[in-house]
Amino acid sequence: MNARVEFDNPVGMLANDNNEPMILLTRMPIDDATLTQQVRRPGCGAVVTFLGTVRDITGERVTVALDYDAYAGMAESKLAEIEADVRARWPVGDVAMVHRLGRLEVGDISVAVAVSAPHRVDAFDACRHAIDRLKELVPIWKKENWADGTSEWVHPAKAE
Amino acid sequence: MHPIRVLVFARLRELVGRDVVSLELPLPCTVGDVRTTMIEEFPEIEPLLSRSRVAINDEFAPDAAAVTADDEIAIIPPVSGG
Repeated sequence: MNARVEFDNPVGMLANDNNEPMILLTRMPIDDATLTQQVRRPGCGAVVTFLGTVRDITGERVTVALDYDAYAGMAESKLAEIEADVRARWPVGDVAMVHRLGRLEVGDISVAVAVSAPHRVDAFDACRHAIDRLKELVPIWKKENWADGTSEWVHPAKAE
Repeated sequence: MHPIRVLVFARLRELVGRDVVSLELPLPCTVGDVRTTMIEEFPEIEPLLSRSRVAINDEFAPDAAAVTADDEIAIIPPVSGG
């Protein structure tokens, strides 16, 4: 509907030194194994990858699919800010964040965040911070398509 | 008066029936003026607009922030990515 997000895939990326995309909005399935490999570094003894996946039941309602939309340019800019914030606060080796857009079905991966660090505590904390900030700040929205045929955009009163 | 383009998303887009709204506002004006004019044009969005942030050129902006002719204005309803 919005020409701004009717993009080819991948829609945009910030790449690392090896030209691998580390921040990405995509309409294609997320390859979490490749993402995890991309952040591995010889100096990092810990890698944490968080996956957000489409849940079948919310409360008592049954989800058949989610539609994700984004304000793509700002979303990429905010993801880059979060990456910079994570790098400033933890001694991370690398950070990768990918969010999928478009129609997703139950079980599909909607978001992946991978972080490497020398030790596990920093890797866990940095990954947790990155996904928490993503859910607060990044202009991406999901529409629930319920089993009863109705649908609604999700605009939470507070962070989930 | 100057044309100001305002991008809208998700439920706001459904309520206004388009993805870009053109407002006529005197310049300089503020984010608060954009909010007020949006509610005048589309009263039904008020409850959600009051919970929404406004971005100027990809940065969240307070109601006192000035809007200039070349700015990209977007209304960001509560986000639900992840």
